[in-house]
Amino acid sequence: MFGPKGTGDTSGYGGLVAKAATAGSSERPYGGYFDEVTDNLERAYPEFSDAIERVVIDRGELTLHIKAEKLVEVAFVLRDVLKFEMCMGVNGVHYPEQTGRELHAVYPLLSMTKNQRIRLEVSVADLHPHIPSVVEVWAGNNWHERETFDMFGIIFDGHPGLTRILMPDDWKGHPQRKDYALGGIPVEYKGATTPPPNDRRSYK
Amino acid sequence: MTTFDPYAPSRETTEGKVFSVTGGDWDSLVQEIGATKEERVVVNMGPQHPSTHGVLRLVLELEGETITEVRCGIGYLHTGIEKNIEFRNWTQGTTFVTRMDYLSPLHNETAYCLAVEKLLGITNDVPERASVIRVMMMELNRISSHMVALGTGALELGAMGPMFFAFRDRETVLEIFEMITGLRMNMAYVRPGGVQQDLPDGAYTKIREGVKLMRKNFKDNATLLIGNSIWMKRTQGIGYLDLAGCTTLGITGPVLRSTGMPWDLRKVQPYCGYENYNFDVVTADTCDVYGRFLIRMNELEQSLRIVEQCVDKLEKLHGAPVMVADKKIAWPAQLALGGDGLGNSLDHIREIMGTSMESLIHHFKLVTEGFRVPAGQAYAAIESPRGELGASIVSDGGTRPYRVHFREPSFNNLQATPAMSEGGMVADIVAAVASIDPVMGGVDR
Repeated sequence: MFGPKGTGDTSGYGGLVAKAATAGSSERPYGGYFDEVTDNLERAYPEFSDAIERVVIDRGELTLHIKAEKLVEVAFVLRDVLKFEMCMGVNGVHYPEQTGRELHAVYPLLSMTKNQRIRLEVSVADLHPHIPSVVEVWAGNNWHERETFDMFGIIFDGHPGLTRILMPDDWKGHPQRKDYALGGIPVEYKGATTPPPNDRRSYK
Repeated sequence: MTTFDPYAPSRETTEGKVFSVTGGDWDSLVQEIGATKEERVVVNMGPQHPSTHGVLRLVLELEGETITEVRCGIGYLHTGIEKNIEFRNWTQGTTFVTRMDYLSPLHNETAYCLAVEKLLGITNDVPERASVIRVMMMELNRISSHMVALGTGALELGAMGPMFFAFRDRETVLEIFEMITGLRMNMAYVRPGGVQQDLPDGAYTKIREGVKLMRKNFKDNATLLIGNSIWMKRTQGIGYLDLAGCTTLGITGPVLRSTGMPWDLRKVQPYCGYENYNFDVVTADTCDVYGRFLIRMNELEQSLRIVEQCVDKLEKLHGAPVMVADKKIAWPAQLALGGDGLGNSLDHIREIMGTSMESLIHHFKLVTEGFRVPAGQAYAAIESPRGELGASIVSDGGTRPYRVHFREPSFNNLQATPAMSEGGMVADIVAAVASIDPVMGGVDR
C-alpha cells in the first residue's frame, strides 16, 4: 500500500517523455492573407494538389510542405506571380525519428510588394538527401544552402558550388545533425565534476 | 636571380609562383613579382587584416589594381552557438544568441525571445513596460552599433578622427547599458516573457542626459565627414548595388534603403509596439557607400527620437511589471543588485529558504529544468542595425530548443561583396565591405 513502486525514484523526474506533436494539415479558412496566397498559388500553378503535400497554419504562420522535386517550379511561381521576391535563406532541421523524411529544409519567404510572409518546407530521406537548389530563383540563397549542406549534409542539386562554408573543408560529418555529438570534456572544480552538456540530465 | 628574403619567401606551384608575405622588405617582393610574366595576380586578403572588419578572408583576383573576381572566405569565427543552444534550456538560450552579432546583442536577444514567445503563445501577454524597455535598449544598441560601423568604416578608409568621436559616443551608450544590465555587451537582458530586471534608480536621468550629450556630439562626425571632399571621393559611386541586386541577393537594412526602398521592419511589420512611436525611415537613392553612410548618420537621430519617447512612456509606466505574469515562465524573482555585488533578491531567498517549501520546489524546477515550450516552429524577424534578423526556432515540446537558426543579415549581405566590388579598384573593396557592415560573430555564429 505504501512505499515506492517501480524504480523507487522519487526525484519527480522519472524519465517522463513528452511526445512531440506534429501539426497536421490545417482546415480552411486559414485566416488573414493565407487564403489569398493559397488561392493565388492554386490558380497560377495547376499542379498544386500534386506538389503541395500539406498546408499548415500554426501560430499565425503559413507553411507549405512541398515535394522536393517540385520545389523549383513552385519557387518560380511564388517569385514571379505571387511576388515573393525575397527568400530569407534556408535552414535545416533534423528529425531522426521521422523515418524516410529525416531532413527538413525550411525556406522563409518575404514579399515586399504585398508585405506578406510564408514558409516553404521540404523533407527528404537521410539515405537520399537531395533537394533541388533554388539559387537560380533567389541568388541570395547561395550561402544559405552551403551552410545547410555544411551543417546537415543536405545536397542541393544544381547549386553552383556546394562546398562547406563554416566548417573547414576537410571536416568529417555534419555538426547540426542530432546524431552528431556536441562533445566537450568533464570540468572539475573544487572537487565536484560537471559532465559535458551532452551527458547531463535532459528533461525531454 | 633574387636573394632569399626570409620575410617574403616564394615557391613554385602548379598554379604559378606563390609568395608568402609576412612583412619586411617590400621592395624585393615588388621586384620579384614584376619579373614574372603573369598579368593576373591572386591576392589573399585576411583573415587577419586590419581593414576586413574582423576575421573575413577575401581572395582577390587582380589585373593591375582592378579586381576581376572576389571570393569571401568565412567560418573563422564559427563557434557552434546554434548547436550549443540545443543543450541548454530556453532561458539560457539568450546567453548564447547574445554572443552572435556582438555589436547588437540586444537585437539578437529580442529576436530570439519574440520567436520563443510566439511558440509559447504569450506574445500579447508581455507587459507594456517590458516592450518599451526592449525598444529603448534596441535603439540605444542601434546607435552603438552604427557608431562602430561609422568609426571603423572611416578608419579603414584612412580617417582616424571619426573613429575617436564614434567610440566616444558609443561609450555613452555602453555606460547606460552597464547601469541597466550590469554589462556593456552580451548582457542576456531580454528574456522570454519580458526583461531580466527593471531599470535601476536614476536611469531616466542618465538616459536623458546621454541623449542630450549624443545629439550634441553627433555633429562632430557629421561636420567632419559630410561634404568632406576626400570622404566623398572614396565613397560616392563606390560599392554600387541597386534594388534588383538587393532583392535577388536578399539584402536588407541600410544597403537596401540606400536604393531608395523605404523597407524597415519597424515600420512595415511592427513588433514590440514600434507602431506607437514617431520616427522616419531614412533612405538614400545613390545605391553607393556614401548613401549607406548617410543613412546610418541620419538613423542615429531617429533612434534618439525613439529613445526619448521610450523614456516618456517609461516614466508613465513606472512600477509596472517587466515580466510576464505567468509564474510558470517568468523567472522566480526580480533580481536586484545587492550590497555584496551579487544579483540576488534577498526577499526571495528568505521566502524560499525560510517560509515556503512550495516556492523552493518551484524555484528549483524552473531554474534547473526550465519551462516547456509547445511543439512547433516560429520565425520572428526584427530590424537589426544590419537588416532583417530572423530567428527560426523549432520546439519539440521539451525544455530545450530543438533547433535554433538565426538568419543573420551580416551573413546574407556579405554575399553582395563580389557584386559591389568586381570591376572596381582594390582600395574600394574596403569601402564596399565596410558599407555592408558585416559583424563576423554574426556571420559565422
